[in-house]
Amino acid sequence: MEVLAILIPVSLFLGFLGLAAFLWSLRKGQYDDPAGDSQRILDTRYDDKPKPVDEDQRG
Amino acid sequence: MNQVAFRPSACPACDAAPAAEALAGRAALPDAKILVSVPAVHCAGCISTIERDLAKMQGVNSARLNLTLKRLSVDAKAGVEARDVIARLDRLGFEAHELDAGTLSMTETEKQGRELLMMVGVSGFAMMNIMLLSVAVWAGADGATRDMFHLISGIIAVPTVAFAGRPFFRNAWKALRAGRMDMDGPISVAILLTLFISTYETLLSGEHAYFEAVVMLIFFLLVGRYLEFRARSVARSAAQELAALEVPRATRLAGGVETVVSVADLAVGDTVLVRPGGRVPVDGLITQGQSELDRALLTGETLPVFANEGTPVSAGEVNLTGPLQIRVTAAGKDSSLHRMADLVANAESAKMRYTTIAEKAAAAYAPTIPVLSLGAFFVWFWISGGDLRLSLNIAVAALIITCPCALGLAVPAVVTAASGKLFRKGLLIKDGTALERLAEVDTVVFDKTGTLTMGVPAPTNLDRHSRDDLSVALGLAQASSHPLALALVKALSVRDVTPAQISDLSEVPGYGVEGQWQGHSVRLGRADWVGAQEGAVTAAYLAIGPRTQSFTFADQLRPGAESVVRRLQAQGKALWLISGDVPAVVGDLAQRLGIEHWQASALPAEKAAKIAELQAEGRHVLMVGDGLNDTAALSTAHVSISPASALDAARATSDMVLLSNDLSPVADAVRLSGTAMKRIRENLWQSGIYNAIFVPIALFGFATPLWAAAIMSVSSISVTLNALRLK
Repeated sequence: MEVLAILIPVSLFLGFLGLAAFLWSLRKGQYDDPAGDSQRILDTRYDDKPKPVDEDQRG
Repeated sequence: MNQVAFRPSACPACDAAPAAEALAGRAALPDAKILVSVPAVHCAGCISTIERDLAKMQGVNSARLNLTLKRLSVDAKAGVEARDVIARLDRLGFEAHELDAGTLSMTETEKQGRELLMMVGVSGFAMMNIMLLSVAVWAGADGATRDMFHLISGIIAVPTVAFAGRPFFRNAWKALRAGRMDMDGPISVAILLTLFISTYETLLSGEHAYFEAVVMLIFFLLVGRYLEFRARSVARSAAQELAALEVPRATRLAGGVETVVSVADLAVGDTVLVRPGGRVPVDGLITQGQSELDRALLTGETLPVFANEGTPVSAGEVNLTGPLQIRVTAAGKDSSLHRMADLVANAESAKMRYTTIAEKAAAAYAPTIPVLSLGAFFVWFWISGGDLRLSLNIAVAALIITCPCALGLAVPAVVTAASGKLFRKGLLIKDGTALERLAEVDTVVFDKTGTLTMGVPAPTNLDRHSRDDLSVALGLAQASSHPLALALVKALSVRDVTPAQISDLSEVPGYGVEGQWQGHSVRLGRADWVGAQEGAVTAAYLAIGPRTQSFTFADQLRPGAESVVRRLQAQGKALWLISGDVPAVVGDLAQRLGIEHWQASALPAEKAAKIAELQAEGRHVLMVGDGLNDTAALSTAHVSISPASALDAARATSDMVLLSNDLSPVADAVRLSGTAMKRIRENLWQSGIYNAIFVPIALFGFATPLWAAAIMSVSSISVTLNALRLK
């Protein structure tokens, strides 16, 4: 059962990583427009290079 | 539940002061942030069309469309006005309404929403991690492994509860201090007691720890809270976003000097100047100038009325053609606008606070939780001959199992699904209880001008005029901002008529436009002024030299008006048409649409009285109206809807707002509200049945943490799925 000593910290760490990612995306406003984001993928405007960062995407 | 009372003031003047400050503050900013609501957007094509086009617009730095909120935010240089953006969107074929950026910026409520979502996230992740460990315990881990797993669970659970449980503790404390009992009290007790017992058991290496159940309870309840919050904040921002930017200021004339002052500062006897296109800020008498006044919002009359020296005017009327000087006869509290606001205030105070079905369920359910678990504690204490640990464990199991996870989701899940559906159809629910009240409606009262009709005249006999005459008419009409002229211009531009070259164009306020064309003097305006015979219907008259002809106009039906009437009748609702307009017009419209009951020439107070009378008969009335003269009726009615084109005071008092020009979502809303209530009742029964089955299990002492976790997730998920079934 020694493997638990590694697995538990690892699973907790991964959990925290997920939580951190969630909080980051929340702060960045990624849940502000779910309907729009699912449609924007069909837009060809920024296919070659990403859109320059502007006011709306900064938190 | 944490109710935030929000009821925008029905008195436009009261809303004005902060708005004026906000406006002043914004004027100082170098860049403008413009927000417009674009209710018709629905696809990727719309997004790229609008964003691409606005990026090309002069002075615009960037534009981003939020499809979820159907809201376009434009970052622009100073000088770009919302009006220009709306005009540009109109050319693209999107109807748009201006929003107040000041009130919509990162507000307290938005922060609250983000915080709530963060709590959902934290408790969700904590739940998953604890569950991982719990599954091992349920699968048979025992001894030191079980104790260690319990300990780790506890280490995750305690800070999670401290962070994510705050909304419940806060509300419970608030209710406790006020001497009330609501759902949050038992929930808080359950959370804290379970956490305490579980920690205690863990430290004594006991068999059962309910850490995952506590965190799961918090998670599901928070999801319900968040949905509820979203529904409410959408409602709130709807009210904010529709608060028009119109600032009640007036231009005061004193000794030939014009000063812009707040309407509140005007006194009786002052002289104010109202320019064409401006709204009359006070009640008064015209001392100089002649023009036409649009009274539609006050009285429901479609046609502008002629006004010159000596004509009394009321606050809220719109001056159309010529500048007017008005001597103030009543300002502030005495003005007709304010009297209207008083009517609304009276109607609102007479209305009883509506008790929602969720509140009723909570009131019935809240006391049973502590009673059951206390009962279990004492009975087991007696049976076991004083085993405190065992009885406490059973009491806690009963507590956590009876805790209404599904009950917390039952209502918000359905309301969210329903308001989302209606929002996509173009109807915004402003008041949280509106959907429930709408489900009870059996009588629908419509206003005429601006509600069933567009309140905008459209020419009806263009085909009877020659191409040349049309182009002369267009040339003349372009010089005026009179509604008939505007309607003519709009209709003629669609037909590709080119305007004739007319020289010496001038507008004679109150009468019409005149000029010279190919050596003839031409006039477009009132019958007596152009020398034509006045007809029975609304018309503008064109004279080319001695030859005269008439352009007749009719008020257009709002799109969807016919279908909404038909569908509401099919649903068995009684329909009424109550308008301030003259009987002939109202009766004609009622007949055309097949509305059985109608009443014309109704004053604002009479409209409200009629609705009160219908309600006294035991009917539940839905009022659909847009004008200032409807506000009292809107607030008297059981539930109310107004179109986005309505005056802000009307939108502020009504419970729902139609975002698009189309009236048909009203019928959808009435139908959907009925289905939604059915789903809510099913959900409440469902969560009740789960409890009825599992409470005995808990009371007999058979409950384990696995049971608690299973019941909670199954009931919450089934309730949510049932809500999603809403069509």
